[in-house]
Amino acid sequence: MPKPSWFNRLSIFAGLAFLYLPIVVLVVYSFNASRLVTVWGGFSTQWYTAAISNQSIVEGAKISFLVAAISATLATVLGSLAAIVAVRIRRFRGHHVFNGMLVAPMVMPEVVMGVSMLLMFVTLGIDRGPVTITLAHATFTMCFAAVVMQSRLVELDPSLEEAARDLGCPPFVAFMKVAVPNMLPAFVSAWLLSFTLSLDDLVISSFTTGPGASTLPMKIYSQIKFGVTPEVNAISTLILGVVVFGLVASRIVSRPSAKSSLAV
Amino acid sequence: MQSKSDLGRRALVLVPYGWLAVFFLMPFLLVLAISLSSVRLGMPPYEPLYAWQGSLLSIRLNLENFIFVVGENTYLLAYLTSLKVAAISTALMLAIAYPLAYGIASCAPQTRSFLIFLVIVPFWSSMLIRVYAWMSILRNDGLFNSLLLNLGIISEPLRIMNTETAIYIGIVYTYLPFMVLPIYANLSASDRTLIEAARDLGCSRLAAFWRVTFPLSLRGVAAGSALVFIPVIGEFVVPDLLGGADTQMIGRTIWMEFFNNRDWPVASAVTVLLLAILVIPIVLFQTRLSRTSK
Repeated sequence: MPKPSWFNRLSIFAGLAFLYLPIVVLVVYSFNASRLVTVWGGFSTQWYTAAISNQSIVEGAKISFLVAAISATLATVLGSLAAIVAVRIRRFRGHHVFNGMLVAPMVMPEVVMGVSMLLMFVTLGIDRGPVTITLAHATFTMCFAAVVMQSRLVELDPSLEEAARDLGCPPFVAFMKVAVPNMLPAFVSAWLLSFTLSLDDLVISSFTTGPGASTLPMKIYSQIKFGVTPEVNAISTLILGVVVFGLVASRIVSRPSAKSSLAV
Repeated sequence: MQSKSDLGRRALVLVPYGWLAVFFLMPFLLVLAISLSSVRLGMPPYEPLYAWQGSLLSIRLNLENFIFVVGENTYLLAYLTSLKVAAISTALMLAIAYPLAYGIASCAPQTRSFLIFLVIVPFWSSMLIRVYAWMSILRNDGLFNSLLLNLGIISEPLRIMNTETAIYIGIVYTYLPFMVLPIYANLSASDRTLIEAARDLGCSRLAAFWRVTFPLSLRGVAAGSALVFIPVIGEFVVPDLLGGADTQMIGRTIWMEFFNNRDWPVASAVTVLLLAILVIPIVLFQTRLSRTSK
């Protein structure tokens, strides 16, 4: 490839500036002593203290982290199974429907998924709360987890497993001993992706929750509806910090190749 | 041995298949069912579709909700507005994402993966927070207006917040990584020797781009467009937080029908019609995706 031209450099710079400027503004103003966005009142961490001592926010964060951790674990297991089915078994009765169901949740508007899941829980008479949010999150995040696992499974060299089988390993043992260890980094990224998607979700949670169980995004949303507050800036910065930390960690663990970077 | 591994295969297929059937497919059938019901007080707030009277099973399917939704101009307008917003923001994103992806693809491999990482970080971080970040920038007394006022470019604040412009900014901003990644993946995988050949044969740099690179990248463009166009039609957070009352998108209509009006059957009917609109692009997207994976 020839060197990037000035136009290439400009596009990269402008694009990244657009992506990062709002985030930078948010982070900077979370340290602003003044309540006003337009006035810089000096450096202060008072909004962080206020956010952390806000009982309702802390309660929401606890629910969100618990839901995200459990649903991400479920999603990783289900997504991996789905990926194995899609990549290794491929053709079976109803595989078109299966592949369709695996892709559709990724583009389906959240409102539609939220409405349909709410109606199902109500029809089945299941009490809505953290459990129903977890089930709903596991369902839509497993499809993202499946994409991550699929891209890794496709990259895997089949001759390694063949060798194990030739040396007398039963297929299942060969898969567990050869393929699974090679997929570990993908498990980590699939879990982290599912975790952050769940942590971030507002719409599906709002539909599938019951009285008393509000996740962190739901708390933030009801605060934002009244306007911009520096306390929300502080909470947002904390969440961004967690996400960036997780991302950098997973990048160090998995060193994604060009292909899987599409999924991560 | 054969039958045993066959059984194992079946069990393996059954777990994710069953989960998706119960938690993804079945809910949609319920939405369809409840859209044919009528509203009532109590929980659940809709009439049951069937009733047993002795040995007589009576099924009542009520088309009233659909007649109501189709006949009411506000719903039609919301569908059309959603399609318009989705189409325009997809075009805007394409205009920003393509040069960005192309620029990144033209870098050295290590720089590339770092730059792509930078594009991915915002996609991973909370969408709600990223929309919120724009609120403090776009408000009348926000950063953007105070900057322009201080520079003397404008004499009174521009009203951007609660307008359609704000919706476009918010949607383009939050969905941009979804557009960049497929285009980048496509461009970085394309065969460089083709462009060199075109250049050797006398094509100018621009002509080589238009006649070789761009047509080859259309697959990535299509994937990216589908990835943003479909969910944006039903987008709720951005129009709700940045948009005004005059721009009603269908995602927000469904939300309000559910939580404010508590009319579940009408909300279900609106959802069913939205799904009917989405089915064609989703199926197209899917077949394209399965063709590329082969």
